[in-house]
Amino acid sequence: MLNYDLVVVGGGPAGMAAALKAKEEGVEKIVILERAQTLGGILEQCIHTGFGLHYFGEELSGPEYAGRFIELVEKTDIDVFTDTMVLNISDSKVVTAVNNNEGLMQFQAIAVVLAMGCRERPRGALSIAGSRPSGIMTAGTAQKYVNIDGYMPGKKVVILGSGDIGLIMARRMTLEGAEVKVVCELMPYSGGLTRNIVQCLDDFGIPLRLSCTVIKTHGKERLEGVTIAKVDERLQPIPGTEEYIECDTLLLSVGLIPENELSKDVGVELDRVTSGPVVDEYRETLKPGIFACGNVLQVHDLVDYVTEESQIAGKGAADYIFGKKKGGTFINTKGIDGVRYIVPQRVNIEGTEKLKLYFRVGQVYTGAKVVVECDGEILSSRKKVKLAPGEMENVVITPEMLAKMNENSEITVRIEQ
Amino acid sequence: MKKSLICVSCPLGCPIEVEIENGEVVAVTGNTCKRGDAYARAEITNPVRSLTTSVKVENGMYAVVPVKSSGPVPKDKMFDCMKKINAVTVKAPVKIGDVVIENILDLGVDIIATNCDPGI
Ligand SMILES: Cc1cc2nc3c(=O)[nH]c(=O)nc-3n(C[C@H](O)[C@H](O)[C@H](O)COP(=O)(O)OP(=O)(O)OC[C@H]3O[C@@H](n4cnc5c(N)ncnc54)[C@H](O)[C@@H]3O)c2cc1C
Ligand code: SF4
Repeated sequence: MLNYDLVVVGGGPAGMAAALKAKEEGVEKIVILERAQTLGGILEQCIHTGFGLHYFGEELSGPEYAGRFIELVEKTDIDVFTDTMVLNISDSKVVTAVNNNEGLMQFQAIAVVLAMGCRERPRGALSIAGSRPSGIMTAGTAQKYVNIDGYMPGKKVVILGSGDIGLIMARRMTLEGAEVKVVCELMPYSGGLTRNIVQCLDDFGIPLRLSCTVIKTHGKERLEGVTIAKVDERLQPIPGTEEYIECDTLLLSVGLIPENELSKDVGVELDRVTSGPVVDEYRETLKPGIFACGNVLQVHDLVDYVTEESQIAGKGAADYIFGKKKGGTFINTKGIDGVRYIVPQRVNIEGTEKLKLYFRVGQVYTGAKVVVECDGEILSSRKKVKLAPGEMENVVITPEMLAKMNENSEITVRIEQ
Repeated sequence: MKKSLICVSCPLGCPIEVEIENGEVVAVTGNTCKRGDAYARAEITNPVRSLTTSVKVENGMYAVVPVKSSGPVPKDKMFDCMKKINAVTVKAPVKIGDVVIENILDLGVDIIATNCDPGI
């Protein structure tokens, strides 16, 4: 058994930022366990730019953003085990992992940070008729093929789902000579960032069809085409609107799910909407000493926010390790009227620092107000030009606001049109 | 004449209104920062984009290494740049920041590596 103060599961931007912050706070023995060959997480395959504008004040590509943190980690005495897959975390915080060289390993931790990221929703999650010819894959898999393995998975492409990875891959495959015929989105709005619709689709004249889905795939060995159709308000295909599109590749970009098998096994309570752990403002789960940050906690679209959130978790873990974590009185936060969820779900009203509540809305709003309320009193109300499900928003809670609350209070965030 | 744009300079994606008179930009509104102003003006006169792609590596740990243009390139030159980039192969080891193609198509920008490959 190896003894560590802090064990970080996952070496993406979340795990690295949490480990570095804990180090900065003075935690001595820290280890990062990463199942891939290198640190960096999913950023290694996100070669487009747009990372780090908030955090570094410059526009970096994914590998460059990750590279900055890898360099920082290498300068510290944080231990890193790559090619190491974590299999289990026990109630007493023994982390079991397996590695080709050392076989089974066990780490006794005082605190654990969960930073396993997320994975893409696979085809199984969809109901598309037709056999399973090759040429159907998630957009992230195609991203890995093109950007890491260096080969193109197809020439004529249809993309289902307008999440950012799908949009980015539409441009990537077009630049490499493929013809992206259409991007179909089931919802009446895109799940991706507006800038990606502009620079990945509009720039290349790729049509985005909203309220539209793929209902059937054609071809036996290799995909030969798909049938798409419009959908009604209940998201059901409308008969008579079917259209056949010839293609050899169908990319799925239909959402990400936090990777929480390990969290579930150790009994960490999950939020039904985010599919990530329920946490307080220090990003501690309901299991004392187990923290979570990054995409395992909530799906992020900006890595800068991942870093910010992970530093909070790293600081929280350090405080826990040093026994500095004060008790407190925790109350719940709740998203209502258009606000789908809030992270953190719990807030310490004895807290003395300003904190941010992150949330996502369920539909597109223009000119609506974000209203924060507690015990019938409006704490803040801010008008927003635009709110969209694809973009994470936040509101600030100040210590002065917290001072007025009691153990029965509940903070709500809602959208007022 | 008014034109609505979305600034793509950063992920905030601010909606911008540009007021154009006789082909000249007279006012830019809606931008959160200076970059938005510059973006809007360029978008009307000479639209540019930064380019990211990958190049083949010889003796690399991976088959390709990602690259980016050191500055934005004219939008209508992107495919010409791609042709040039796809014709080259770099030899591992590659470091972040290595220049892969200098002054591509005389556009005044370099193509530089954005990841390292220590080689095999
Ligand atoms: C396919 C895909 C493409 C994406 N593309 C973009 C994009 O283009 N632009 C963008 O802004 N955001 C993108 N994202 C979102 C991006 O993931 C986040 O911005 C950020 O990388 C999240 O950081 P993270 O550290 O939480 O997760 P990750 O970067 O996913 O890192 C998690 C790490 O944990 C490791 N891990 C998981 N389980 C275990 C285990 N049991 N044992 C050991 N290690 C484990 C994984 O190998 C991984 O390295 C993408 C996400 C996915 C899934
Ligand atoms: S105006 Fe500034 S803040 Fe807004 S999208 Fe452009 S670069 Fe980003």
